[in-house]
Amino acid sequence: MANVEMTGSEIVIKALLDQGVEVVFGYPGGAVLPIYDEIFKQNKLRHVLVRQEGGAVHAAEGYARSSGKVGCVLVTSGPGATNAVTGLLDAMMDSVPLVCLTGQVPTHLIGNDAFQEADTTGITRPCTKHNYLVKSIEDLPRIMHEAFYVARSGRPGPVVIDLPKDVLMDLGAYTPPTKVKHKSYNPVVKGDTAAIKEAVKMLSKAKKPIIYAGGGVVNSGPGASQLLKQFTQLTGFPITLTLMGLGAYPASDKQFLGMLGMHGTYEANMAMHDCDVMVAIGARFDDRITGRLDAFSPGSKKIHIDIDPSSINKSVAVDLAVIGDVAHVLEDMIKVWRTSQAKVDQKALKNWWKQIDDWRAKDCLAYQQDKKVIKPQLAIQRLYELTKKRKDVYITTEVGQHQMWAAQHFKFEKPNHWMTSGGLGTMGYGLPAAMGVQMAHPDALVVDIAGEASILMNIQEMATLAQYRLPVKVFILNNQYMGMVRQWQELLHGSRYSESYMEALPDFVKLAESFGGVGLRVTDPAKLDDAIMEMIETDNSVILDVAVSPEENCFPMIPSGAAHNEMIFGADVDTENAIAEEGMVLV
Amino acid sequence: MATTSIYGENPYKEDVRTHTISVLVDNEPGVLARVIGLFSGRGYNIESLTVAETRHRQGLSRITIVTSGTHMIIEQIKAQLGRLVPVHSVSDLTIEGPSVSRELALVKVDGVGEKRVEALRIADIFRARAVDATTESFVFEIVGDTEKLDAFVELMKPLGLVDLSRTGVVAIARGPESMAGQDN
Repeated sequence: MANVEMTGSEIVIKALLDQGVEVVFGYPGGAVLPIYDEIFKQNKLRHVLVRQEGGAVHAAEGYARSSGKVGCVLVTSGPGATNAVTGLLDAMMDSVPLVCLTGQVPTHLIGNDAFQEADTTGITRPCTKHNYLVKSIEDLPRIMHEAFYVARSGRPGPVVIDLPKDVLMDLGAYTPPTKVKHKSYNPVVKGDTAAIKEAVKMLSKAKKPIIYAGGGVVNSGPGASQLLKQFTQLTGFPITLTLMGLGAYPASDKQFLGMLGMHGTYEANMAMHDCDVMVAIGARFDDRITGRLDAFSPGSKKIHIDIDPSSINKSVAVDLAVIGDVAHVLEDMIKVWRTSQAKVDQKALKNWWKQIDDWRAKDCLAYQQDKKVIKPQLAIQRLYELTKKRKDVYITTEVGQHQMWAAQHFKFEKPNHWMTSGGLGTMGYGLPAAMGVQMAHPDALVVDIAGEASILMNIQEMATLAQYRLPVKVFILNNQYMGMVRQWQELLHGSRYSESYMEALPDFVKLAESFGGVGLRVTDPAKLDDAIMEMIETDNSVILDVAVSPEENCFPMIPSGAAHNEMIFGADVDTENAIAEEGMVLV
Repeated sequence: MATTSIYGENPYKEDVRTHTISVLVDNEPGVLARVIGLFSGRGYNIESLTVAETRHRQGLSRITIVTSGTHMIIEQIKAQLGRLVPVHSVSDLTIEGPSVSRELALVKVDGVGEKRVEALRIADIFRARAVDATTESFVFEIVGDTEKLDAFVELMKPLGLVDLSRTGVVAIARGPESMAGQDN
């Protein structure tokens, strides 16, 4: 077998299949034509033709995040590769396992400024977990398998394999994947026992504990979410999740305080600020979470569980670090908790819950109802209520106000059902991501909660939906503004709405129709439910254009430069002086 | 700084310290770019950097980086280096016990008469060797730690220093142990 000579392209396809790849999202071009020829000759590997390479990467992200598998992308050299860059960095920031194959000019032309040549490994070096330029066919099988190993091991991330055209056409021997230990990259998955014991000891002595969990729990697999639930219920501690972590703990459970951070709930942020022991599980103390660093949870002991040693002490110094995979560490923590018969101070915990319930009573997500105009929060709430009985509902979002409202008002019970661009904040993420989700879950309801500005950034993917009959629903909260930009301009820049008004918007109904989908529009709150039901029941791609109140702001909010206990709310905001002068310099 | 950072002052008011970090990497294309890109991309300092293949059979290179930062930054630099796929091991020679470090410089001095004699005399004191000579110039080779080289260069300035080339620091831990990550 190993002696049979194959072309580079055949090796690529064989390796993808051996790595369990079923779908590849891509766009052809000169440098990758040999691979496309090979795709044509077989029928095991499905190819989804996107309309722009950026869409391919986000689609692979949606596929990977909703299925737990490695997403796969195939693009050509030069512009194909550069168009993929945003998606690669998005996957890097949000730790999404991807393998992206890029075409390259033949090796003898590299460095020659050849047609459609780009220094792809140079450009993608800071936005991938690792990348390879395959210079010889002998290296190809090893690199293909290694790329998948690197993408999915440890803290997952995107890996680029740059494939010169002559290597694709050369002949060489294929070697199947092996279990040989990688010579340098072997992340630790099992947590240190002494540290785990110490963590349990610290937590059992806590009087005001909090669990703060993030995307690392989702990345660790569905088992990790189960263990997180077990651990949380075993201890009786309150839990909050980051934007990336939503779904890792059931939102309907009474121990869940909602999302934390800039647009998180009052109770979650206050509990973070006032707690005495915090355990961060697969979360990275991002600046959207911490707010002002020197006022971040000032009185607490902090425990940090993470697979990536560089996340420890990066922005917040912690008292105890446990490096390892969340599922492994949680499993051990539960064991230690049980065998050591750890007892929490029930009286203190009861008082802590009483305090939290007082914060909860503030009802921070409340908003003013309106009979004439659809409030964006209402639109999300109705979408949630009308879909919550369905078995499988997957939500993706674009970036902006609608994203935060979705995170606040849509309740996720299971991991891998919420796909949003958290770290990079990429507008245009949601539609292609939804496409990838639908490929992984053909029978599920997949909704892209969008804004009218974001959706236009990758609107061309509507054509992909039509080609593959993917019944993705695009739920546009149309306020005719770049809502989050407008909100910041209102709060920070004296309501000078510089370039944030979306003039000359398309007719989204006709736009959907022109792409072979169904277009719907609703403006009356009384007709909202019917419109949502029609969207859900249509067996086709749908754009539902929901006209929402244009100047609604997303609250509560920790203003830039403020601490967790300095949130502002919808009802009492003085927009003139909401954010101090110094806050203006921050993003 | 014109304005104080809104993220607050560094709560760990520590001194910025210089550390010598040794990194064992696969000798593959792009590995140096990865290391340098990490430093520039994340805003860390590189005071000196040397690299050469040290184990040919295993294809390993050793990079010695002299950098500076607070305790948290140095720890972050090491963690970020450790996260790079072709990196086998990272060791902080400044804190992991005693180490020796050396640098080599080639120092070109022009001059005639009294200054030329004086340059030779000082070179002798510093155990620098003349590796090239003309009737009006010398090239000295000098090996030592960074401070010694700095002192020598300072003394050569008034004596006709015209050109200088330095290797940057190489360093190694004292004692019998080898650095982790290399199989014998």
